[in-house]
Amino acid sequence: MITASGVTKRYAEGREALRDVSFEITAGEMVFLTGHSGAGKSTLFKLLAAIERPTSGSIVINGQNLAALGRSTVPYLRRKLGLLFQDRKLLFDRTVLDNVLLPLAIVGHPPRDALRRAQAALSKVGLPDREKAMPIALSGGEQQRLAIARAVVNRPAVILADEPTANLDAVAAREILEIFRAFQQVGVTVLIATHDPASLPAVRPRVLLLDHGQMSELPAVADAAIAGAAA
Amino acid sequence: MSVWLAQHLAAIRDACRRLAAAPLNSLLSLLVIGIALTLPTAGWLMLDNLRALSGDLPGVQQISIFLSLEAGKRDVGEIESRLQAGQVGKWRFVAREEALQRLQAAEGMADIIASLPRNPLPDAFVVTPANSRPAELERLAKAFSGWPKVAHVQLDSAWVKRFDALLRLGRLVVVLLGVLFAGALVTITFNTIRLQILAQAAEIEVARLIGATDSYIQRPLHYFGMLQGALGGLCAAVLVAVGFHLLTPLVAELTQLYGANFALQGLSALHLATLAAIGAALGWLGAKISVLMHLRRFA
Repeated sequence: MITASGVTKRYAEGREALRDVSFEITAGEMVFLTGHSGAGKSTLFKLLAAIERPTSGSIVINGQNLAALGRSTVPYLRRKLGLLFQDRKLLFDRTVLDNVLLPLAIVGHPPRDALRRAQAALSKVGLPDREKAMPIALSGGEQQRLAIARAVVNRPAVILADEPTANLDAVAAREILEIFRAFQQVGVTVLIATHDPASLPAVRPRVLLLDHGQMSELPAVADAAIAGAAA
Repeated sequence: MSVWLAQHLAAIRDACRRLAAAPLNSLLSLLVIGIALTLPTAGWLMLDNLRALSGDLPGVQQISIFLSLEAGKRDVGEIESRLQAGQVGKWRFVAREEALQRLQAAEGMADIIASLPRNPLPDAFVVTPANSRPAELERLAKAFSGWPKVAHVQLDSAWVKRFDALLRLGRLVVVLLGVLFAGALVTITFNTIRLQILAQAAEIEVARLIGATDSYIQRPLHYFGMLQGALGGLCAAVLVAVGFHLLTPLVAELTQLYGANFALQGLSALHLATLAAIGAALGWLGAKISVLMHLRRFA
């Protein structure tokens, strides 16, 4: 589903954000990507979302080699990904419903069908009664739910989430991870980047560790040990 | 309904929504565009009317063919046949009796005419050529003068040349004004779209990140430019129509004093559609340039 082979990202000023990163995530898997701030998580997220291109190496998502994608085909790849950004990127001058309708409008869904799907997405994330609210009126956890609803409304096969539990209290963070778990259980591949090992769920996940641009995979160990290693 | 059509309709709705979102700003922009388009439109319309007026005024762009006094009906018929065969334009036969009656009707001429032993006026033809270019008029006048029983051909070629030069100068001024104000319209739209892009930066960025194509992002902005230009064109039409409405009675009165029956021709439905289309095209151009320049930073 997601395969990265020898991915290196070097910026113009010479800084190497990722060095020879390789991993594979199979369909329906839920994987955490962790590491300290500046380890390269966000860079990897940008490469996976085709926001930036690797200096070398290849990334294949759903059989599509991102390096081979032309500029005009990148939007069609992104439509198949559920992207959650660290800063959520909600539109604060639009209602909750309008935020969720945006990806459907981009794809060109008929309005009636789009409305039904947007309402269903909001129900899935527990915001069925906040359609007409403005995002500013939502709590941090609710805003994150809204971002998830927007990310999943086009029923993507892959969800890429960058720090989805940042700035949330433990309860809200757990609820958000439960939502991701629910999507994973219906076959969606989920990759969650987090700098906070404490936010990893109690059920032992697969964890990829980035450290100064280099990736390793944590061995299957107990939860507490995962948290300790990542720290 | 196809996705393509639905997205275009959605983009038009979005453009209308953006126009309505800031009514005062939109109104001011439309007024500025309207005023910019009013000057060349009014100038062009005035020239058009002037050209029509020149056809109505006696002697202007007309050739008079005076036959000799001994010319008979057969000679008149011969000239008529030649005019018909030559397809030179419109023409009218003025019999010597009709000419005398008209002269008698003129103020102070009745007594003079009555004192004459016989009618001194010849039969004549008044030709209004289809092609009113000075060179063509002179060519026709030369040809007419060679026809049998033609005593004199009258063409005020100097006047015609002056009038034609004036029209050409007027046309050039209108074209220059048109280009200048078209540039102004493009610039106004360019700036409006730039402000739209700045105001919608967050939305554009998010849309791009979640899979919007360039076309999806650009389409409402293009429609906005077109809509603003078209409405500006209609605004110009209203301004021109008001101006012409005020001028019409005065011009009619003035032309009557010169012996012509002339009414100013305002904008027709076709003119209106053309003006809106020109406004829309220039608005689209301004939007297109602005979008190309300012959306780069979201790439």
